[in-house]
Formats: sequence, structure tokens, C-alpha cells
Amino acid sequence: MTVTLDSACELHPQVALRPEPFGALAYHYGNRKLVFLKHPDVVAVLRDVAAHDTLADTLVAHNVAPERWNSFVSALSSLETSEIIRVRQ
Amino acid sequence: MSVSNLSTQLKGGLDAPICLTWELTYACNLQCIHCLSSSGRRDPRELDTDQVKNVLDQLRDLQVFYINIGGGEPMIRKDFFEILEHAEHNNIGVKFSTNGTYITAENAQRLASMNYLDIQISMDGVDRATNDAVRGEGSFDTSIAAMNFLRDANFGPFKISVVMTRHNVDQLDAFKQLADSYGAQLRITRLRPAGRGADTWNELHPTQSQQRQIYDWLIAHGDNVLTGDSFFHLNAFGESLPGLNLCGAGRVVCLIDPIGDVYACPFVIHDQFKAGSVHEEGGFAHVWRNSDLFLSLREPESEGACTSCGNYDSCQGGCMAAKFFTGLPLDGPDPECVIGAGESLLKNATVTLIPKPSMDHSRKVSVTVGGNK
Repeated sequence: MTVTLDSACELHPQVALRPEPFGALAYHYGNRKLVFLKHPDVVAVLRDVAAHDTLADTLVAHNVAPERWNSFVSALSSLETSEIIRVRQ
Repeated sequence: MSVSNLSTQLKGGLDAPICLTWELTYACNLQCIHCLSSSGRRDPRELDTDQVKNVLDQLRDLQVFYINIGGGEPMIRKDFFEILEHAEHNNIGVKFSTNGTYITAENAQRLASMNYLDIQISMDGVDRATNDAVRGEGSFDTSIAAMNFLRDANFGPFKISVVMTRHNVDQLDAFKQLADSYGAQLRITRLRPAGRGADTWNELHPTQSQQRQIYDWLIAHGDNVLTGDSFFHLNAFGESLPGLNLCGAGRVVCLIDPIGDVYACPFVIHDQFKAGSVHEEGGFAHVWRNSDLFLSLREPESEGACTSCGNYDSCQGGCMAAKFFTGLPLDGPDPECVIGAGESLLKNATVTLIPKPSMDHSRKVSVTVGGNK
């Protein structure tokens, strides 16, 4: 996992999110990857993750049940790999 | 809201297209015998520079991330670079298709200096004879010259785009080598009986055994080759090819034609598939979101005659345009159905009326089609 609950994350500055009925499309203007985000709550977390110190803080703020936190960690890790998000330095 | 699989979501339509093709002009210096838009002469109603920019602004507001520009030959427009620059400034990526005629050394430098741009050079044969039989005399040398200019200008990895015909299926490996030698990416797409392609489809479309050949080749090489997801009808052979396995017409795909009419896809320039015009009140977004045609295309489709075939989930009944312009019912098999259901329908004379494209901008010169007419 490239992202943990303690990671401070943000959307990659070259990424735009477009709302869609199923969630959102994420598009990276640099590598031109198009990613389908199929869970509206993941989209909400992504839009807000830069405003919190850690991913865990973001999940708390969005009332995500603790038993689902692991799935958010793996989802954001895979988005980090495709450069949709990045870990803040 | 529970989220079902992506394919179902996409079939229900998106708030804006992902893959929008915009033919900027019907004017073309070539007269390819399979031209999907029957291009040749400029249409006097063609959108002018300001109108084009206005539509680009609409697409920016809709967050259409990138567009595919074609024609006709888009570089024939005097404002071509102005349009490209306007798109770039509005963060709309452009991939444009060209026959290469207007890619001079100077233009190649200018294109190479732009950030958010892909270029697709059209070729239909890996040698002069095969290519020029489809695209016209001299067109092979023109494409190669354009590719050399792009390479010399360090444009980066452009694309070589090939429509698969029965005369070039055997050249797939050679096309891949040609692309590799330029550091380019190969793109192959399916021939549709659209535009002048309707007149030449019978002689040009790959045979049943060649369909298999294309499928096998894509299974072996598909990860490094672009296809516009156009070969999903071949998925009935077995393992699915990479890409979205669905007809995107009116759902994720549409066409804006040179005069601003909006069609369900680039291969159905016919009144039956015209959703509206960018000139309407509410502009493009209104057409995309509200046209009766697009709303109906987003309804679950009927499997029709294909219901009893176990392959429907794989092939989705194939391509709407291919069926329409060969006179087959839209809720039946594709003319190139891999189990031959379309072929036998065509043979059994159930086809009575073959629709003609609503627009024809072919130049009024006779075009010789290898032995035909």
C-alpha cells in the first residue's frame, strides 16, 4: 500500500474530477489517464482529502464506518499509483 | 445509491461525452473510397471560427477533457491552428486525424511546440499500392513525409491510424513495425459501411476468416495497440478484447459535424441518428442531455433476433452503424457477426432497403473503385 490511514493526501494538481451519475470521472491531464470513480463516497473523500491532516481524519469527517476504512486505503493506494492523488510532502 | 457495474452505468449515459468526435470540415484534398463522412467539398454552412470557439467554450464548461478532431481534412481550415490554440488554452485536449498533406516541416515544429495534442496520421496500407488504392495516388508518400517531419520536429509519439480492410489485415505485423520504427503508436479501427464506405464495404470489409485473424492479433498485441474499442463484435470469439465492451453511441460518444449538427456517433451521419444542432437554444449540452434520440439510446436495448444466441453478452449485438447501413435490423446481428448470423441474413435477401447517408460532400468527379462501376 502506498497510502496509509496516516497519509496526508491531495488530488494530483493535474487531475480534474467531473461529476457523473455513478460517481465521477477523474482525468489526468499529464498522463491522459481516465479513471472511473464508481463510489460517490470515495469521490466525496477525494474532493475533501487535502483539507485534512490524514486520510483517517477525512474518513472520520465523512462518517465512514471503521470497517470500511481498509477498502478506502486500498482504493486511494491504487489511485496514488495511477497519479490521480498524491501524498503531500 | 447502490452502484452496479460500470457498463450498465455507461449505457445509461453520462452528463457529457467522454469521446467526442468533431469533424471540423467536409473539405478534403483526398477522396478516400471508404470515407465515413463522404467528404470532399466544403459545406457553406460550416461553423466559422467564432462559432467553433463558442462550442469549445461549451465543452470546457462541460468538462469534456479531450476531443477527437477530424474531417474532411481538418488542417485545410485556415483557422486550424487558431482552433487548436483555443482548445489548448481552455484545457481541452485534442487528438486530430489528418492525411498529412499539410504537415510541412514548419507546421510540424509548430505542432511539436503545443502541449496537449495528439496527432493521428491515416494510412490504409503499409505499401504504396495497398494504401493508394484506398486513399488515392500519392497519399502513401504524403503520409510518410508527414511522419518524417513529425519525427524530425521531435513531436513525440504520434499515432498511425489504419482502417482494417481485407487488403491490409495481413499487414498488421508490418504496420506495428512501421509504427515502432517511428516511436509511434499503432491504432487500428473497424471499417464501417458509413459514408462512401457504404459503397465500398462489400469489396473492402474483412472476410470471416480475417475477422478471426484480427481478433487473434489483438489478443496477442492488443495492450500496445489502440482500437477505439471498435472491435467489440469480435469478443464473441472468446476472451474479451481490452476496452469498453459496448456501443457508446449517444451514451459516451457523439459526433459534431462541420455544420454543427450532432449525431449519435461518427459513423451514422443520417437523419435518423441526428440528435440536434449546437445552434439550438441551450447549445450542445441541451442536445446531449435532452434529445429524444440520445435518451432512447440510453434505454436498455432489445436483443431482438440475438436473444437466443449465447454470445450476446460478449458482442452486444455489434455496431449500430454497421447494421443500419447494410440494411439489417438494429436489434439483430452485426453484418460481421462472428458466427455468421449477419452474413446469412444479408445473403437471404431479407434486406430490402439500404439507407443512404443524409449528407454527401463528395467532389463531383468520378472515383474509380477497383473494378466496381
